[in-house]
Amino acid sequence: MNKEELKSTASQVRRDIVRMVSAVKSGHPGGSLGCADFMTYLYFESMRHNPSHFSMNAKDEDVFYLSNGHISPVWYSVLARSGYFPVSELATFRKISSRLQGHPSTDKNLPGIRMASGSLGQGLSVAIGTAATKKLNNDKSIVYTLHGDGELQEGQIWEAAMYAAGNKVDNLIATIDFNGRQIDGDVDDVLPLGSLKEKWQAFGWDVLEMDGHNFESIHSTLTEAKGKMGQGKPVVIIMKTEMGMGVDFMMGTHKWHGVAPNEEQLKDALGQLKETLGDY
Amino acid sequence: MKSIETFGNKDTRSGFGEGLAELGARNENVVALCADLTGSLKMNAFQDAYPDRFYQVGIAEANMMGMAAGMTIGGKIPFTGTFANFSTGRVYDQIRQSIAYSQKNVKICASHAGLTLGEDGATHQILEDIGMMRMLPNMTVIVPADFNQTKQATIAIADHQGPVYLRFGRPVMPIFVKSDAVFQIGKADIIQEGTDVTIIACGHMVWKSIEAAQLLAAKGISVELINMHTIKPLDEEAILKSVAKTKCIVTAEEHMANGGLGEAVARVLASNTPCPQEFIAVDDSFGESGKPMDLMEKYGLGATHIEAAAQKAMQRRG
Repeated sequence: MNKEELKSTASQVRRDIVRMVSAVKSGHPGGSLGCADFMTYLYFESMRHNPSHFSMNAKDEDVFYLSNGHISPVWYSVLARSGYFPVSELATFRKISSRLQGHPSTDKNLPGIRMASGSLGQGLSVAIGTAATKKLNNDKSIVYTLHGDGELQEGQIWEAAMYAAGNKVDNLIATIDFNGRQIDGDVDDVLPLGSLKEKWQAFGWDVLEMDGHNFESIHSTLTEAKGKMGQGKPVVIIMKTEMGMGVDFMMGTHKWHGVAPNEEQLKDALGQLKETLGDY
Repeated sequence: MKSIETFGNKDTRSGFGEGLAELGARNENVVALCADLTGSLKMNAFQDAYPDRFYQVGIAEANMMGMAAGMTIGGKIPFTGTFANFSTGRVYDQIRQSIAYSQKNVKICASHAGLTLGEDGATHQILEDIGMMRMLPNMTVIVPADFNQTKQATIAIADHQGPVYLRFGRPVMPIFVKSDAVFQIGKADIIQEGTDVTIIACGHMVWKSIEAAQLLAAKGISVELINMHTIKPLDEEAILKSVAKTKCIVTAEEHMANGGLGEAVARVLASNTPCPQEFIAVDDSFGESGKPMDLMEKYGLGATHIEAAAQKAMQRRG
């Protein structure tokens, strides 16, 4: 996809997100909108994967884990739009008996999902495990994860960070959604993370930084990260984003972390997001 | 009762270690993870023979459980090893989300369970783990009785698709399960048939129950003794068939009464054929430091306690 195609796909993904959460008056639009560009690039450009024949074992396929499972709307949208399941199924999000649970799960067999997430801090450990298995299987593909910045307050993340550096887990690219906000307010007010870059470096990781709303930056950073695979160090990308990106009244605040727009707000939001691939 | 044949004395954790090493040779998909307790869990033989499939994760149990879950993607069968306390309570949420809810083929192998951990005291003597694990959907819970059975169970769970909690311990105890016995998940072992009272036990309490059955036999009481090595799924048929004869029952476990084997059995009885039941278990209390068998006596888990409970159950039945 060229830059314009990526942009138009991301616009549709954002429409999907606000429509999904608005329809059930619940869910997490803020972080989902902030990660829409990255997730679009990842699924449509970066990953080597097979959407039409989902395989739990992911042999010779790249694997993605959403560690901050509450931004499930953006994941469901890119999974559907890239062909894992029918786009029409997005209409079932958070409804009873749906495969699209509030937080991602495996028990309803939704193609594209290999691990439940929602309780924070677990995805990096899971990714390290899959990366280890890929090495045992002589499978050269890559394991990707996405984490919230607030999620880094969980201790398990740093257990995993120590393990990955100490054991040269170099087939893993972790990305941090660095939007500086969490449910209760700014991360710096709730529990400051200090210098994230220096923290990860001190833990022995190769640290890259990118603008999560600029496809050139996303492209060049992910290309660089892939080039670092197999060199003895895990790679983390600190991705600067704006929570609520694309919907003006959701930006610049933490208040849309887990609040759905009402009908009037939905209309306003959709007016700002071009329909490009057709709404579900 | 006729005397029970024994085959020496060993700890159940060594049965796990031997079983794991044997599995390493049998199944190249078996991998092992340990949180800095390789010697205590007797995982050295596996580590030495299969260093590429052994993962030392350090004192970071949450990360170990997550890694184990992730390793199943691509077909590995991870066996995690640490003390029972750190295998369950410390990592309940990791097991719940990444292993049980996600239906991952992880084998959680837990040593030093219960009071018989001994001198280290209550911080390490978990008595709630069976309860926590049997509450989790998709989880199979196994508490083998002796060295041979722990080895057999370790090997058997590799062929079972789905998460398993395998609980064993530290003390050296008599071996009475035959070395060529076939371990069947969910199928209770009837150690001895009897007509007056049923005793259902798991783990180290099976041997204590054998001792109790001998004491009762001397008084002319015929005990039906069941080794309920699988707590979940529970062999309901074995329970109901036995109480159809005896109409009273004692359950014995090295665990809290709350949430343990006894309550699982009580539910089966209450739903089918209610009958008097006595519970040999720790009564809503933490443990403490001491020699393993002294602790078992102090907390009411000795053979004479089981003997008294059996007589009480029979009295209540009338």
